[in-house]
Amino acid sequence: MRCGDFRESYAEDMSIFESPLPRVLLGFLLVLLLALPAFATTYWLDVLNRIFIAIIAATGLNILTGFTGLISLGTAAFLAVGGYATAALAGKAGLPFVVVIPLAGALTALVGLVFGIPSLRLKGLYLAVATLAAHYVVEFTVTHWDSVTGGVNGISVPAARVGSLALGDDKRIYFLILVLMVGLLFFAKNLFRTKVGKAFVAVRDQDISAAVMGVNVFRYKLLAFAVSSFYIGVAGSLLAYQARIISPENFPITVAIDYLGMVIIGGLGSILGSIFGAVFITLLPELLRLANDALAAHWPSAMGLFAPFKSIVFGLVIVLFLIFEPDGMAARWHHIKNYWKLYPFSY
Amino acid sequence: MEFFLQLVLNGIVTGSIYSLVALGFVVIYKSTGVLNFAQGEFMMLGAYVCLGLTVEYHLPFAAAFLLTMGFMAVLGVLTERLILRPMIGEPIISLIMVTLGLSAILKGVVQAIWGNDLRPFPNIFPADPVQLGPLPVSQGYLYSTASVALLLLVFTLFFKFTRAGIAMRATAFSQQVALSMGISVQRIFALAWSIAAVVSAIGGVLLAGVRGGLDAALAFFGLKVIPVVILGGLDSIGGAIVGGLVMGVLENLAGGYLDPVVGGGAKEVAPFIVLVAILTIKPYGLFGKVKIERV
Repeated sequence: MRCGDFRESYAEDMSIFESPLPRVLLGFLLVLLLALPAFATTYWLDVLNRIFIAIIAATGLNILTGFTGLISLGTAAFLAVGGYATAALAGKAGLPFVVVIPLAGALTALVGLVFGIPSLRLKGLYLAVATLAAHYVVEFTVTHWDSVTGGVNGISVPAARVGSLALGDDKRIYFLILVLMVGLLFFAKNLFRTKVGKAFVAVRDQDISAAVMGVNVFRYKLLAFAVSSFYIGVAGSLLAYQARIISPENFPITVAIDYLGMVIIGGLGSILGSIFGAVFITLLPELLRLANDALAAHWPSAMGLFAPFKSIVFGLVIVLFLIFEPDGMAARWHHIKNYWKLYPFSY
Repeated sequence: MEFFLQLVLNGIVTGSIYSLVALGFVVIYKSTGVLNFAQGEFMMLGAYVCLGLTVEYHLPFAAAFLLTMGFMAVLGVLTERLILRPMIGEPIISLIMVTLGLSAILKGVVQAIWGNDLRPFPNIFPADPVQLGPLPVSQGYLYSTASVALLLLVFTLFFKFTRAGIAMRATAFSQQVALSMGISVQRIFALAWSIAAVVSAIGGVLLAGVRGGLDAALAFFGLKVIPVVILGGLDSIGGAIVGGLVMGVLENLAGGYLDPVVGGGAKEVAPFIVLVAILTIKPYGLFGKVKIERV
C-alpha cells in the first residue's frame, strides 16, 4: 500500500481502483484494443479473438474453481453446450445473435445446474470426478444426437449479423467479442463486491463455517455452477460464431485441462489472474509455432517434432510455474507493482 | 448366455488391469494425498520402454521387463523428489495440476522418441486359446489376470506384514505420528511413487501384451482408471480391487448390450453415469474413509 493512502469509508475500501491513474490507463488500453483491427493481420486477429474468448471462459471457470472452490473438469463440455446451442438456435431456428448468445449462455447455465447437483454431497476430488462424468455425458450426447449436432462430422454455424452486415470474418466479429468480454469482466469484477460474491468466497474458505453464518451452501454452490456455466456458454457461443464450424473434436478433455491450467497459472480467485492465464496459455502454442518454424528453416526435421515439443513445453511451464510461483501470475504482478510503488524505499 | 459370459470374462480381464493401476493411484493418494493424473502416462512410458528394449536392443523379454521396472522405480522417486516435494502444503487443485503438467511432459517425450504410429508388441503370451467351460479363452487373458491377482496378493501381504508396508500405512494414518516413531516420511513418499510407477508400468506392459499393439492412446487408460478409484474410495486398496472389477465388467456389458442400441460409445459413458449414481448415495466411494470435518 502506498504512503498516505488511507481508506476512510467502506465505499473507499471496496473501490476497484486505488487511484485515478489505473482508470486512465484502462481507458487507454480499451481505445488501443478498439483501434487494433486497423493494424493487426488476419492471423493475429484470429489469435486475439481466441484469447478474448478464452478470457471469458477462464473467468467463468475461475468463478467456480477459484472463488467458490469447486474443482471442475467440465469446461470443455460447457463450451460444447454453448457452441452447439448456438449452432441450433442460429442455424436451424435462424435467430439473431443478440438473442442466441444470451440463450446459449442460459442453456449452458441450466446444464451446469444439473451437473452441479452432486455438489450437494460431493467435495474436492470426488466432485472433480463428477464433473469429469459431465464431460463424458455431453461428449456422448454431442456425438450421437446427429439430428441436432451433426454427429462426428460437426455442424456449420451462420455468421452473426447486424442488420445486413454479416460479422463473418475475424475483423468484424472482433468487436462483438471485445464488447462482450469487457461487459462480462465488468460484471465478474463487481460480482465479488456483492453479497452473492462474498458468499461464494465464504463457501470456498470453509463451507461449514459459511453454513453456520447463515449462507445457504448448496444454493450458492449451485448458483456458482450456473454463473460459471453461463460465462463458459457465452464463450462457447462466440467460439461457434468465430470458427463457423464446430465438431466434437473442438472440445476434447484436454481443453478442460488447458482452462484449469489458465486459472491456476493466472491466479485462483482473481479476475486479473484469469486474464493473464488465458492470454498466456493461448499465446504459448502460437509463440512455440513461430519458434518451431524458425527452427525448421535451419533444421527441417524439427517440423515433425512440433506436437511433442508443444506438449513438453506446456507441461514444463505448468510444473515450473506451480513450483516457483504457486499463487499465479496475478500475485507476481502485485509484487512487481508494490515494489515499484515504493521504489527505492521499499520499507 | 454365452455372449454374457464372454462379456463378463472380458470385463474381468480389463478390470483386473484397472485394479492394478488403481492400486498405484491409491498407494500415492493414501500416503501423500496426491491424485496422480499422470498414471496413464506412466503405463504408456513403461510399455514403450519395455518395447524399445526388446525390439531395438534385442534383449530377452524377461531382462527387458526387469530393466523397465528398475527404470520406472527410479522415475517414480525422481518425480516425487523433483516435482511433488516442492509442492508440499499447496492446495489440492495445484497438486492435480502439477500431475497434469507431468503427464503432458511424459506424453511429449514418448511422442518425440517413438512417434504416433501403432507398433506391434512382442507376443509375450502363447497364442492358442484354451477351453474354459463353454468358452474359448485366449491364454494372454488368463496370464494377465493371473499375474494381476498374484501382484495384488503380494501387495496386500506387503502392506500387512513387512516393515516398509506397515510404515507406509502408519504414514497414511498420520504423518506426524509416523515421524515421531522414527519413520522417514520422505522415504515413504519416494517408495509410494516408485511402487505406483512400477505397478502402472506392469499394467501397461500387460495391456499392450493382451492387445498385441501399443500406441499413445494407452495413456487414456489412466483417465479411465480415475472413476475406478473414486468408486472404490480414494484411500481403500480393497476398494481399488473391487472397483476395478466392477467397472471392467460394467463397461463391457454396456458395450455389448447398449452399443448396438445407441450406436457406440456406451462403453465410455456408462461407467461414469453409474459412478455418479453411486456417489450420490455414498459420497466417499464404496469403501473410502468418510471424512468428518470440524470447524
